[in-house]
Amino acid sequence: MAKIQRTKLSKERIRSAWIFLTPMFICLAVVAIYPLITTINYSFTDARLGDLYNYNYVGWFHYETLFFYDEWWWVSVKNTFIFSFFSVFFETIIGVTFALILNNNMPARGIVRAAILIPWAIPTIVNAKMFQWMFNQQFGVFNEILMDLSIISEPIAFLAYPDSSMAAAIIVDVWKTTPFITLLTLAALQMIPTDIYESTRIDGVSSWKVFWNITLPLIKPTLVIAIIFRTLDALRVFDLLYVLTTNSRETASMSVYARQWLVDFMEVGQGSAASTLLFAFLTIATILYLIITKTSFDRQGVY
Amino acid sequence: MKLSLKLIATFFVALMMSFNVFAAKITITMGGDDERAMREHYRFALDWAEENGHEIGYVYRPASATDTLNLYQQICSSGSSDIDIFMIDVIWPGIFADCAYDLNNIFDDAHKADFFEGIVGNNTVGGKYVAVPYFTDAGLLYYRTDLLDKYGKSPPSTWSELAETAQFIQDKERAAGNAKMQGFVWQGAAYEGLTCDGIEWVNSFGGGNIIEADGTVSINNPNAIAALKTAASWVGTISPEDVVTYKEEDARGVWQTGNAVFMRNWPYAWSRSQADDSPIKDKVGAMALPGGGSDGKMTGALGGWQLMVNKNSKNPEIAADLIKHMTSVEVMKTKAIDTSNLPTRPVLYDDPDVKAANPFFGMLFDTFNNAVARPSTVSHKYYGQVSNVFFNEVHSVLTGSKSAEDAAAAMEKDLKALSRKF
Repeated sequence: MAKIQRTKLSKERIRSAWIFLTPMFICLAVVAIYPLITTINYSFTDARLGDLYNYNYVGWFHYETLFFYDEWWWVSVKNTFIFSFFSVFFETIIGVTFALILNNNMPARGIVRAAILIPWAIPTIVNAKMFQWMFNQQFGVFNEILMDLSIISEPIAFLAYPDSSMAAAIIVDVWKTTPFITLLTLAALQMIPTDIYESTRIDGVSSWKVFWNITLPLIKPTLVIAIIFRTLDALRVFDLLYVLTTNSRETASMSVYARQWLVDFMEVGQGSAASTLLFAFLTIATILYLIITKTSFDRQGVY
Repeated sequence: MKLSLKLIATFFVALMMSFNVFAAKITITMGGDDERAMREHYRFALDWAEENGHEIGYVYRPASATDTLNLYQQICSSGSSDIDIFMIDVIWPGIFADCAYDLNNIFDDAHKADFFEGIVGNNTVGGKYVAVPYFTDAGLLYYRTDLLDKYGKSPPSTWSELAETAQFIQDKERAAGNAKMQGFVWQGAAYEGLTCDGIEWVNSFGGGNIIEADGTVSINNPNAIAALKTAASWVGTISPEDVVTYKEEDARGVWQTGNAVFMRNWPYAWSRSQADDSPIKDKVGAMALPGGGSDGKMTGALGGWQLMVNKNSKNPEIAADLIKHMTSVEVMKTKAIDTSNLPTRPVLYDDPDVKAANPFFGMLFDTFNNAVARPSTVSHKYYGQVSNVFFNEVHSVLTGSKSAEDAAAAMEKDLKALSRKF
């Protein structure tokens, strides 16, 4: 790139690109960078909600508390990772499967494709409330069905216990976000030239091999993006757990923990420290993904 | 720069105010227990607005007290004037004292003397009169008179009697084909409501008040442990397993569809149960909650709501005038009759109309005097954390993930660490 001599035209285009990008950079600075710096600053103070302008710096105090003295922080870290791993794992498998099915020429494909978007379009709070009723021990449809099929003899209180309510939350999240993976994968699948598949058919390659050696590598860049997005989203999980579960600290995520300190306990310092650590986890997760999958976005040139 | 901005802002405010010198818009947050209660509160505010030529804005507060607290904290910390009047819980005056307009400017001692002294004291923080008592509350035991009569049982005076009766009727009713019948429903989700239920159990067994008035952490004692064990034994026997996800309205949902023998709830549930469209109308009794043992104390958690003026309000005097109307004898009497909100004016407990509408009020006057207050005064602005430790540990006992002994020890350790900050 660098060796190509720039014409006047391309120089002008670069300049106008910068002009067009500037508003976005300003926006980012205002909505992302400023709050981020403020939060990091608060994490070193003893600020309290209600009086955010009078505070003292307390150094690493809150981080020490989180790391060495507060077992519930580590419970929330563990919960967040369990939730993220299982929900992203299942929605990737199910999402790619759906995409492969939808990529075939089948009747009413347009309608099915639109229908599959519905879970994604429902707001998380509505979604969580809806499932809360479906999981209800007395009136829930899941217990009704399981009882009718004689699989269980007594209604199960799905949301009453930490383990089962975490499983329920993962199920709801998979239901909601699988369409996201499906759509992105489907878009990638449709960019693969059909002549590749024609030649494999002529050579008589098994369909599993076609998927593993041709389809998967070709959709990998898209899939990696989708998984990164989903992982970042899952690590931040708040509303689903807050509404769906009993709200005890045994099922809290990192975001729930941070909000509790920020708002319930009004200790902005400790809450900000938790938020900052969450941000650190998100950054590490992204970097790890990029290294492991060795995806170079520049080389692909599509993004 | 700053000064000129201020000047411009002042100019705009003056401009805006000149348009409504006579008609102020007062925004209030009230209600929350259910839709009907909200409309009841609203009705009296509208009467006042019509009479005085003002306008009423309305913000529907979240059903959960914890969520409401968070909402108010966000509004207060932002210095917003969007809401003029907050309806605050009995445990919040300490938290919101900095955000409150001092009502001593409006109400004199003679006016205050007409209200329950204890609540006025609770609402006075460092000399500042933070909020006017609007209605008071105490946890009650509701029972189905028809079911008790049918099986020849009497209302229980101890928790073990309650468990026995509940189990008996539940078994019989289920055998008779009423598969959804539950013995006892209450509030078991990990939130402020569980702190109320929990302190009632502990207190009824003579297990103290979690943290005593002098700051001593008292929760780790044999009576408190016995109380927690008793409550845990109900889950999955006389109470559905998912009672540990119930809030007030979840419990009332089961109760009002006729599917529970006993319910622990606040007085508002009385008028709902007795409403014309209620399937259990005239089959309901209410009484003080049972005592722990034969020498246990019949108690109830002290609740109730207060009206506070936002110190950032543009019209604090007008807002206070609305509060004066909402807490007047006439309004309080109508509300006591229509929505069974307990008046904060002692004189109304002798009112024949009020007594006729709420037969349990007379008896509750004593319960109310015995009611156990949550340790909000002693823990001041750390009450949120105290309550959080308590309801989370109690919740883990209820779900069986911790023994009552371990939970009590954990509470003692955490609360002692916290109490050093008080």
